[in-house]
Amino acid sequence: MRAKFSPASAIGRPFKLLIDANRKYGLEWWLLVIGTLIVLFIIFLAFFPQTLAPYDPLDQDTGPQLSPPSRENLMGTDNLQRDIFSRMIYGSRTILGVAFSAAIISSLAGVTLGLLSGFLGGVIDRILSLIMDSIYSFPGLILAIAFAAMLGPGVFNITLAVAVIYIPTYFRLVRGQTLSIKEELYVEAARAIGAKRWTIIGRYIFPNAIATVVVIFSLNIADAIMTEAALSYIGLGLPAGIPDWGMDLSMGKKFLPSGTWWMVTFPGLMIMILALGFTLLGEALAEILNPRLLER
Amino acid sequence: MEELIRIDHLSKEFPVYRSLLDVLFAGGKNPMVHAVDDISFSIHKGEVLGLAGESGSGKSTTGRLILRLIEATSGKIEYRGKDMQEFSRHEMEVMREKIQIVFQDPTSSLSPRMSVGEAIGHPLKIHGIADKEERKQRVSKLMERVGLSPVDFLYRKYPHQISGGQSQRVVLARALVTNPEFIVADEPIAMADVSVRAMILELMRELKQEFSLTYLFITHDLATAKYLCDRVAIMYLGRIVEIGTRDEIFGRPHHPYTQALLKAVPVPDPAARRTEEVVRGEIPSAIEPPAGCHFHPRCPYAKAICSEARPPFKEISSTHRSACVLD
Amino acid sequence: MALLEIDNLSIDYPINIGTVQAVRDVSLYLERGEVLGLVGESGCGKSTLGLSILNLLRPPGKIVGGEIRFKGKDIVSMKRQALMSLRGKDIAMVFQNPLTSLNPLIRIDRQFLETIRQHDPQFNKEKALKQAENILDALGVEKKRLYDYPHQLSGGMRQRIMIGIGLIMNPEIIIADEPTTSLDVIVEAGFIDLLNRLRKEFELSIILITHNLGMVAEIADRMAVMYAGRIVETGSADQIYHNQFHPYTYGLINCVPNINLDQEELITMPGNPPDLVDPPKGCPFSDRCPHVMDRCRNELPMLTERRAGQSVACWLYEENGEPPWKN
Repeated sequence: MRAKFSPASAIGRPFKLLIDANRKYGLEWWLLVIGTLIVLFIIFLAFFPQTLAPYDPLDQDTGPQLSPPSRENLMGTDNLQRDIFSRMIYGSRTILGVAFSAAIISSLAGVTLGLLSGFLGGVIDRILSLIMDSIYSFPGLILAIAFAAMLGPGVFNITLAVAVIYIPTYFRLVRGQTLSIKEELYVEAARAIGAKRWTIIGRYIFPNAIATVVVIFSLNIADAIMTEAALSYIGLGLPAGIPDWGMDLSMGKKFLPSGTWWMVTFPGLMIMILALGFTLLGEALAEILNPRLLER
Repeated sequence: MEELIRIDHLSKEFPVYRSLLDVLFAGGKNPMVHAVDDISFSIHKGEVLGLAGESGSGKSTTGRLILRLIEATSGKIEYRGKDMQEFSRHEMEVMREKIQIVFQDPTSSLSPRMSVGEAIGHPLKIHGIADKEERKQRVSKLMERVGLSPVDFLYRKYPHQISGGQSQRVVLARALVTNPEFIVADEPIAMADVSVRAMILELMRELKQEFSLTYLFITHDLATAKYLCDRVAIMYLGRIVEIGTRDEIFGRPHHPYTQALLKAVPVPDPAARRTEEVVRGEIPSAIEPPAGCHFHPRCPYAKAICSEARPPFKEISSTHRSACVLD
Repeated sequence: MALLEIDNLSIDYPINIGTVQAVRDVSLYLERGEVLGLVGESGCGKSTLGLSILNLLRPPGKIVGGEIRFKGKDIVSMKRQALMSLRGKDIAMVFQNPLTSLNPLIRIDRQFLETIRQHDPQFNKEKALKQAENILDALGVEKKRLYDYPHQLSGGMRQRIMIGIGLIMNPEIIIADEPTTSLDVIVEAGFIDLLNRLRKEFELSIILITHNLGMVAEIADRMAVMYAGRIVETGSADQIYHNQFHPYTYGLINCVPNINLDQEELITMPGNPPDLVDPPKGCPFSDRCPHVMDRCRNELPMLTERRAGQSVACWLYEENGEPPWKN
C-alpha cells in the first residue's frame, strides 16, 4: 500500500500536524487518510491512465490468450488477448464517471426537492414524500435494473438509472433537516429582518442542512459503484467497447472453471477497493464532522 | 408624547395539540389556548415600556404579534396611526426596517453558517441598502459601537466561536443596522451571565439615547424592569392586569397580582429578606383558565364577583390602570 | 470539626486541546444547620465543585488534589461501597432542571421507592410510601401526586418532588445546584421559603450553588465567591453584600438590579474570565480589575482572613486597608 505520508518521510511541522490530528481524531483519522488515498489514487488513474497502463485496453494483441499474471502482463490477459492491467486502469474512468455523475444528479435533485418539500409543506410535501417513499422502499438494485432495462443501453441511461434510486436518500435527509431548521430561532429572526421565502431557503436553511449531505455523497458514490458494476455484470450496462470492471467480471466468470482466476479476481478486487475507499472516506467524514458540528 | 404603536383589543389563540385518543373520545371543539386575551395599550415614541409577567402570561407572544411574526386572531395593531394588518407589501418592507426584535437566546438567533459580518449586514442586503463596500463600512462602524472589537478579527467569526455576550451584541447590531425606531427586546438578558447582563443593559441604554430608540422590554425580572423602564405593564395569563409609570407600579401597586409579584422578587440584600409568605398556588393552565378574573383563586382579597366576570380597568390616574374591582 | 470540609481541592478536565484547570485549591467548610451560598458566573467551577463532593464528576473530569471530609472521613478516597451509601443517605444532591433529572417513564412513587431501596433493598413498600407521603406533606404537595408521572406535574411541583427524593433518606446535607433556574418568580419565592422551613424542621445543612444573587441573599448564612476555579472571597451573607473586599465581588454585587433601590447605573466588568487551559500567572482577575497592581499580575494572592469570618484573596489588603471604592 502506498504511504504518501509515512512519518519517516514527512518532517517538521507537517509531521506534527498529522500526529496532532491523529491524537485528536484517532481511528477515524486513519480511516480518512486511507480512504482518501485510495480515492485519490483511482482518480489519478482515471485522469492519467497513460502513465501507468502499458497497453491500450482495447488492444487485442498484448500477449498470449488467457495467460496468467506475468512481467509483460501484470494482471494477465483475457480471452481476447487484452491486457487486464490496462483494462483495470482504463476501467476506472468508466466506473468513476458513472458513479460520480449519478451521485451529482441524485444529490442535486434530492436536495432541491427535499428543501422545497420541507419548507413548503402541505400537499406538495405529501405528494413528494409519497413518491420518494415508494422509490425508497424498492430494493435499489432491482429498481436500477428495471430502469436500465427500460431506458436501454448507453452511458447516460445507465447513469440515470443509478441516479434515480438514490434521490430519495437525499430527499429524506434534507427534508428532515429542513423541517427542524425551519423551527429554529434564527429562521424566525431572518423573517423579522425582512427576509423573503427564497432568501430564507437559500441563505438560512440550505447552508445549515447540507453538512450531512457531504457525508452521504461519499457513501452514495460507493454504493453507485457497486450498482453500476452489478448492472454491467448483468449485461445491462455499457456498449462493448468501453472497458468496464463489472462487464469484465462477467466475462471472466465463464473461464473460471478452467482455472483462469485472474479475469475475475482483479476486476472484483478493483470494485471492492474503490467502494471501500469511498466508504471509509464517508464514514470517517461523518465521525469527524459530526462532533465538530456540535462542539461549541 | 407621540404614539408610535397602538394595540387595540389584541388577541391570539393557539389550538391545543390533541392526541388521536383525545380527539376520538373527548370530541367537541379543539381546545384553544388564549395566549393573548384582548389586550390594549400604546407605546410612545422615546419611551421604554416594560411588559412583565411570568410564564404563560403572553408577553413573548405579544412581542411576536407586534412584529407580525405570527398573525393575530383578532384586534388591531397600529404603527404610526396605520393599521399594520392592512399594510401593503411595500409598507411591510419598510416596517421590517423600522421595527426590529431581539430574542432571548442570542446564539440561536444567528445562523451557524453566517459569519458575524454577514449576519449583521444581511438586513442591509435584503432591503437593498448600500453596496457591498458601504455595507461593510456600516457594519464595521456598528460593531465598534456595540463593543465588538477587534472588528476585523470578529467580522469573520462564526456564532459558535464567540461568547454569549458577544452574540447578543451581534444581535443588537443586526437589529440596529437598518436604523430602526422601535425595538422589541424579548428577555434579551435572561440567558446571559450576571455581569454580562449589566453590560447589555447599559449598552441598550446608551444605544437608545444615541439612536433615539423606543423599546418594548419583555421580561420576567421586575428588578430589571424597574431599572430600565419608564412604564410597565404587568401581564397574567394573557391579560394585562395593571399598567402604569415606574413609580406607580413599583411604588403604589394596585392589583393583588402585581403586589404579590413585587413581594416575591428576590432582593440581593440579606438585610431585606422577605418576611411574609408568598401568595399560594401556581399559575393555572392556560387552556382552562379560571373564570372571571384569572387571578381570583390565588387572590387573598377575592370576592364573589371576581369569579363571575372579567374585571374592567379601573383608572387610578391618567397613566395608571388596574384590572381589579377592589379598593 | 465542621460537618463538611473541603481542603485544597483541585479538579482537572482533560480535553483534546489541553487540560482545563476547572477548580484550584478550593477550601471551604459547612457547619451543621447552615446554608452556604456558592456563587459565581458560568465557567467559574462552582457546579464542578458541587458534583465533586459526591464524586459525581463525569469523566474525563477528575479530582487531582485535596480532600473532602464528611464528618472527618475523606470522600475522595472512599471505596465505591461507602460512597454509594453516602450518596442520597448522608448527602443528597438536587439538580437544576427537574424535568430532565426525574425519569419520565417512572411514576413518582416508584422513584421514591427506588431511592429508598437503593440503600435498603428490603425496605417495606408500605412504610416507604408512608414516608414519601410525609415528605410531600412537608413540601406542600398533595399526596395524590405520588401517582403521577413527571410530565403531569408543574415545574414548581417537580422541583419540590426533587427535593423530596433528596430528603427521603433524611440526609444531613443537601447540595442544590441552581434549583430555581427553571421556576417562575412566585414559585421561586415559595421554594426558598420551603428550603428555609426544611432546614429548620430537618436540621439540614445546605450548599446552594447559584449565580442568582437575589435568591441566595434570601437564605444564605455564609457565602463563597468563585472566579476562574478559585475562591476569591468568603464571608457571611451580610459581609459579602455590604462590606465586600474583592473587586470582583464588588462588581458582582453591584451589577445586579435591586428592586428596592433607585439605581442610577449598574457596574459593568468588561472583559472575560481567563482561559483555564492556560491560566495566567498571577491573580485570575487581574486583566479585568480596575484596581490592578503590578504584583497582581505576577503573584497569585492567597485566601487570607482580613476580618472576623471574612477572607479574601487580593493584594489590595496586604496592609489591611479599606476597599478602594469606599473613598
